[in-house]
Amino acid sequence: MMDSDLSPQDKKDLDKFIKFFALKTVQVIVQARLGEKVCTRSLSSPTGSDWFNLAIKDIPEVTHEAKKALSGQLPGIGRSMCVEISLKTSEGDSMELETWCLEMNEKCDKDIKVSYTVYNRLSLLLKSLLAITRVTPAYKLSRKQGHDYVILYRIYFGEVQLTGLGEGFQTVRVGVVGTPIGTITLSCAYRTNLAFMSTRQFERTAPIMGIIIDHFVERPFGNMGHMRPCNYRAPGEDEGAYNGVEDSQEVCTTSFSTSPPSQCVFTVSKAHLKTPKPAVMDTLKVPMMGLAFSHQLYCSRLSYQPPVLVGAADFCHPSTLNAANPHQVTTQMGIPGKEGGVPQQVPVQPCHGAQAEHGRVSSCPPADHVPATPSSSGEGAETLSRSIEVKGVSPCDVLETTFTRKVGAFVNKPGTQVTTASLDLPFAAFAPRAYDLEENDPMVQPPESPATSSPLQGSLHSQGSGESGGPAQDDFVMVDFKPAFSKDDLLPMDLGTFYREFQNPPQLASLTIDVSSQSMAEDLDSLPEKLAVYEKNIDEFDAFVDTLQ
Amino acid sequence: MNCRSEVLEVSVEGRQVDEAMLALLHTILLHRSTGKFHYKKEGTYSIGTVGTQDIDCDYIDFSFVRVSSDELDRVIRKAVGEFKDAMGNGTDGMGQISLEFYQKKKSRWPFSDECIPWEVWSIKVNVVNLANEQERQICREKVGEKLGEKVINIVEVINQHEYLPKMPTQSEVDNVFDTSLKDVQPYLYKITFQITDTLGTSKTTWFCAY
Repeated sequence: MMDSDLSPQDKKDLDKFIKFFALKTVQVIVQARLGEKVCTRSLSSPTGSDWFNLAIKDIPEVTHEAKKALSGQLPGIGRSMCVEISLKTSEGDSMELETWCLEMNEKCDKDIKVSYTVYNRLSLLLKSLLAITRVTPAYKLSRKQGHDYVILYRIYFGEVQLTGLGEGFQTVRVGVVGTPIGTITLSCAYRTNLAFMSTRQFERTAPIMGIIIDHFVERPFGNMGHMRPCNYRAPGEDEGAYNGVEDSQEVCTTSFSTSPPSQCVFTVSKAHLKTPKPAVMDTLKVPMMGLAFSHQLYCSRLSYQPPVLVGAADFCHPSTLNAANPHQVTTQMGIPGKEGGVPQQVPVQPCHGAQAEHGRVSSCPPADHVPATPSSSGEGAETLSRSIEVKGVSPCDVLETTFTRKVGAFVNKPGTQVTTASLDLPFAAFAPRAYDLEENDPMVQPPESPATSSPLQGSLHSQGSGESGGPAQDDFVMVDFKPAFSKDDLLPMDLGTFYREFQNPPQLASLTIDVSSQSMAEDLDSLPEKLAVYEKNIDEFDAFVDTLQ
Repeated sequence: MNCRSEVLEVSVEGRQVDEAMLALLHTILLHRSTGKFHYKKEGTYSIGTVGTQDIDCDYIDFSFVRVSSDELDRVIRKAVGEFKDAMGNGTDGMGQISLEFYQKKKSRWPFSDECIPWEVWSIKVNVVNLANEQERQICREKVGEKLGEKVINIVEVINQHEYLPKMPTQSEVDNVFDTSLKDVQPYLYKITFQITDTLGTSKTTWFCAY
């Protein structure tokens, strides 16, 4: 072992530095992909809780995930800690954007002073990480996340996997720090191939980015851990829920000596802090609800529900809704993107804890699947989902019913009479019979709309629909209203002309002399027959009368 | 000890000069600033905390991180503003702004203290004039990419871990660090610039930041 020359105290300090460096690295990377600007205050007096003398806040969920990935181990030779950043679209497509790797190689620097030089160089490396995280392409993408896509992160420990980055990925080295047990290197591999594959999801809005063709390739490794949303829960007003240091977390008490290096003093001690104030007055300018919504990511339906902290504000967790009904959520609920207004508040969606525990990374299920949620708030969310689906159906139904107009009986309308299939109109023998199909009835099947559309017609179209309201569109039907006596009416005439023309209607054919010349006796003879038929069909007549009421 | 010298070159439009210079200078100063030193007895000292904040550029598709210190930002902005004024508005030209980190070496009377540079960053700026909005839009993106490359260059150099002044005792801290700011403590630095106008003449202006 290379650390055989290291004193126990130095070894202990070095392990601690590496551990907290790894945790801070994850925090910097994830916070840089939240989509908002980060701002922390400088403090002239040290508080003893800011590792590496840098104000980097600790998002508890991220720390939890990082510790879970490390599982008590430290990054070392052959054991790398990686943070994978991915993008997931509202339609469920996902793509890896970059992978940050904290590795260690065998090159040792035995002469370096752990408690002074290594510590300061790790601090420098974190500053470099802050700078570089704003330079890679994923930063701009993360700043624009919202409706169309969100950003995910995943932490894993072990071998570095870069196959998901596609061909031609670039690597940038953030920096290296030599230690007596090996050289720590921090680097980032990022995707460069962002070629377009599908325009399906971008037909309404300009494409923000493309989807590469090979992102459907299954991961070659199993048990990859979980994707997590780049999510941030803002602290409560008392900031009690957001502690820079957890209880019993080890505190870094930095105390340096200006004496020769052999007399450097560096103490690291445990401190039990019950209600510590955050070391830095963080002013992360993030509208919490908006951020939570726009960063609700999940891959494979594995969303992480952190334990509710006292004083912590609730946050939106509509990730499931997004996945289940991406278009319905965005159109029906009208939740705008980050640039828009404030998103609606939806019930907190608990995590798919059972799924998360298994550590599966499955392919994303169909978009129309609403996963089961165990808790009551989940039921609320599910209900919301269902209600959205219902809403999606009803407008169509309403529109369809407007077309079922029937022409009443006894109307002298040659060529346009509508006959219902199940009813024989009484005294149909006396009326001119012209079996006309419903399809030709302009009142049922309106003719094609003219070039100029009326405002009413426009209002019946859902937003974002196509140009024509023909049979190709299932969601709505074009309605063409032609008010009576308008210029587009079937009988283009004004009211006065209409009145004069129809003021004296012709005699009913049944009452003309020709008809009356028939033998009265013959009519009377046929009456019983007819009465019998009518009596036989009395139920139908009753039903017909009911429809008139 | 030889002074390390690094040169960065950028071509920008006139209105991008300020932000480009601020981005690069602040990136360097982020790495060359520490928290405030608090000396204790027995020759030990503690270090304050350095905060950071993201800055979005208005005329460039670029964001950078700087130290959270309004005082430091004011000093840098003032220097960059003078550089920009010296470059002129809307005219083509070339200029160079230099950020020099130095140590003071006390000299005996009657000699004044000696300033010994240990790291110099020179940013050569080429200002171009663009004809239309489309070109400006392309320039926004291109300059953003270029600045990203420069940030990577800066980080590469800094992480080579070459010479850094030894941590000073309390009596010598002002010879190594700029202790005038109340929240952070950069290494002693000075900003200078040279302007080369279209006639090729070079003017040197000394802007001493500390």
